[in-house]
Amino acid sequence: MMQELLQYFFSGITNGAIYAIIALGFSMLFNSTGLINFAQGEFVMLGALGLITCSRGLNLPLPVAFLVTVIGVSVVGLLLERLAIRSVRKPHPIVLVIITVGASILLKGMGMLEWGKDAYSAPPFSAHSSFELAGATLLPQTLWILASLLIIVVGLQFFYRKTMTGKAMQACAISKRAASLLGIPSERMVLLAFALSTAMGGIGGILIAPITMSSYDMGTMLGLKGFCAAMLGGLGSSWGSIAGGLLLGILEAFGVGFVSSSLKDAIAFILLLLILYVRPTGLFGAKAVQRF
Amino acid sequence: MRYRGSAFVAVLVIMGLIVWGISPTLCWSKETYKIGGIFSITGPASFLGDPEKKSMEMVVEEINKKGGIDGHLLEAVIYDSEGDPTKAVLAANKLISKDGVIAVIGPSNTPPTLAIVPILEKAKIPLISCAAGIKITEPVKPYTFKTAQSDVLAVRTIYQHMQKKGIKKVGILTVENAFGESGKEQLQKQAPESGIEVIQAETFGGKDTDMTPQLTKIRSAKPDAIICWGTNPGPAVVAKNVKQMNIDIPLYQSHGVASPKFIELAGDAANGILLPTGKILVAQQLPDTDPQKQVLFKYIGEFEKLYNMPVSGFGGYAYDAMYILAEALRGSEGDRAKIRDGIEKVTGHVGVSGTFNFSPEEHNGLGADAFVMVEIENGTWKLLGE
Repeated sequence: MMQELLQYFFSGITNGAIYAIIALGFSMLFNSTGLINFAQGEFVMLGALGLITCSRGLNLPLPVAFLVTVIGVSVVGLLLERLAIRSVRKPHPIVLVIITVGASILLKGMGMLEWGKDAYSAPPFSAHSSFELAGATLLPQTLWILASLLIIVVGLQFFYRKTMTGKAMQACAISKRAASLLGIPSERMVLLAFALSTAMGGIGGILIAPITMSSYDMGTMLGLKGFCAAMLGGLGSSWGSIAGGLLLGILEAFGVGFVSSSLKDAIAFILLLLILYVRPTGLFGAKAVQRF
Repeated sequence: MRYRGSAFVAVLVIMGLIVWGISPTLCWSKETYKIGGIFSITGPASFLGDPEKKSMEMVVEEINKKGGIDGHLLEAVIYDSEGDPTKAVLAANKLISKDGVIAVIGPSNTPPTLAIVPILEKAKIPLISCAAGIKITEPVKPYTFKTAQSDVLAVRTIYQHMQKKGIKKVGILTVENAFGESGKEQLQKQAPESGIEVIQAETFGGKDTDMTPQLTKIRSAKPDAIICWGTNPGPAVVAKNVKQMNIDIPLYQSHGVASPKFIELAGDAANGILLPTGKILVAQQLPDTDPQKQVLFKYIGEFEKLYNMPVSGFGGYAYDAMYILAEALRGSEGDRAKIRDGIEKVTGHVGVSGTFNFSPEEHNGLGADAFVMVEIENGTWKLLGE
């Protein structure tokens, strides 16, 4: 029994860490712009398939492929902001959210044209065999994912708390008008937030590529799960996103183990409904969530 | 205005005369047989529809080169269903009312086939489907036939192999779609008669990224083997997870992954996997006594020469359907009831997918010899001996 519990747990934290990285992207954009980008999952897809193109097609070494992919994905994020979000005449939140939904369909279509409908697989980051821990197996890739998650969240905290740009970004979120009166270039901050949050999605995709199969339509479900995780932890809170992601992943794994595997996806959405009903601010959300 | 109108009519009449005059099919030979084709040429099932369309066109050309059937040339009218039942229905109606076809081949998947069966039954037009679902020919409908192997045969082939290996208890892991559900149903239905017990049944979503929880659950039930039933990419993830978890019992996969793409996706984890497949994947390794070997070599050679792309087992469904139809067309003079009767009389027809023996009770015509068990070894298929 212990062995199975541990195995479910490992599987849960692997998926959970991925959800957490995607949730961080949601959270970060919300933090600086008050926007929810429903195309976040598609950036995960771009990250995964981009890595495969860079490392398999162009034969770049992994660190270079990683960097090229992250930069490429954030450039797409910048283009999205410039072309679709910025140009809206009346930027009402609901309009912007619908634009991101449209962008996700567009990106998925472009992904299909570029990479076709087949799935691809990527080699793991390190060629170790899996570790045995009390009869349960732990993949080296899981450790990579957890380490990346930690680095990202510490980096983000540092960025928000200690750097001028990070503080300026948060100021923009609190009040765009007041921020610009203080001389903060709010438009540039929004652009930066888009670049950073989409890059986060790209990193999520790169990390997940070796443990699963990547195809043009992988993003939608991952994006929704990431959104659930972000809501669960409280939109806007970095630690909340991580807790929400891991919690969601672990609950899914245990749900499969102890209830039924056909309930796996339902668990995330039941949780989302519950959290919206019982505690709309999420587990860690301090700010009142504004409803449109 | 009136003058211009009559001039237009005159031009039309002259053009009509020219076309009538030079058209060889109308002047020199008997009426052409129009045969409809509905395939998923684009869309998610294009890996089925595209080779099927190409194979059908290839056979039509070949028959026409030999002078057609009883002097009638063949003409293929092919529409794309995109794997969508609604589009298949539209195409079927168009084939019946606009094109006036005498028989239809396709569609490539089960849901579109089931959608058009009632239409063709009503119009009394023979349909030879290229889809695998058992519901197409069971119960038998007068005008509906199919050439693809059913899951029933695939499951039987796996269970026969397990009996030989002395495997008694299995855990199954199936994908949550029509293919997986049908496989699960057959696996559970045929288990008792083969002396096999399904001790754990789990499912996974087609887009899931990790199947370790399901496999953990199956492992804790201690089966002798695991059967995974799905189409790419899920089964490749399962294969990887099984290797990562060091589960050392045999892993069986379905014929749904019998393509080089699976080996590419699963990589090293594919080695050692057992699966049933049509003989086309292992045509080189078949013994010379196998009646299908000649047919397979002919099909592979012609297809690869004409289209310059590697052959797949799926195109074979349309290839077999065309040749079976051609056999039935002989002497029918285009009478649809006679064609239908003709198909039921086809026996011992050696095709790409197996040896077909049709009868009024059997509208698929394939036996258990349509599948062979293969093992993936060093990234290629290895035929397992009897």
